[in-house]
Amino acid sequence: MMPILLYVLFGIAVLFNGLGALALMRFPDVYTRLHGATKCTTFGTIFTAAAVIVYGFVRGGAEYNTLAIHSIVALIAILVTNPTGSHAIARAAHRSGVKPKGAVVDRLEERS
Amino acid sequence: MIIEPIVFLVVAMCFVFFTLFSMLRIGLGPTVADRVVGLDTLNTMVVATMIVLGAAYDQVIFIDVAIIYALLSFVGTLYVARYLERGL
Repeated sequence: MMPILLYVLFGIAVLFNGLGALALMRFPDVYTRLHGATKCTTFGTIFTAAAVIVYGFVRGGAEYNTLAIHSIVALIAILVTNPTGSHAIARAAHRSGVKPKGAVVDRLEERS
Repeated sequence: MIIEPIVFLVVAMCFVFFTLFSMLRIGLGPTVADRVVGLDTLNTMVVATMIVLGAAYDQVIFIDVAIIYALLSFVGTLYVARYLERGL
């Protein structure tokens, strides 16, 4: 039972990180690239850490429980920092004058 | 031993292969913001690789390095974004 759960978690992680890399190559401008890459890699890294947490707690023993607890801390760090960083990048790109591809009007610029 | 250790190494090799795409985006991105997006993706992918390798080699210190790498790359991303916005 437990190996199947680990294979499923690692499969979801590799699939979503691959989709993030693909989005980084195929999308046309900064904002869509940021959308695809950040969301997919955050989700994939959460599932990677979840697989290592399940592995550590199932394996048992003091050393593997330490591995699982440190993986929980890494998951919380990724979960807090990654969307905040992408928000800062998007705001900086908008304020430094990068337009979306094919945009004709910028309502966010008119309001400020 | 509930799964073979080669599974962790295959997953880590997949992540390293995906890192090459973000290096390509850093190289040929048209604007500076594209390069910052590629750098952010690369940092997240390196954190995932370090977590998997820590489970593969049974080393807790790799996961500690991953935590510190995530926090430092967050600070670096915030400073680059602030530089893009209004200068240093």
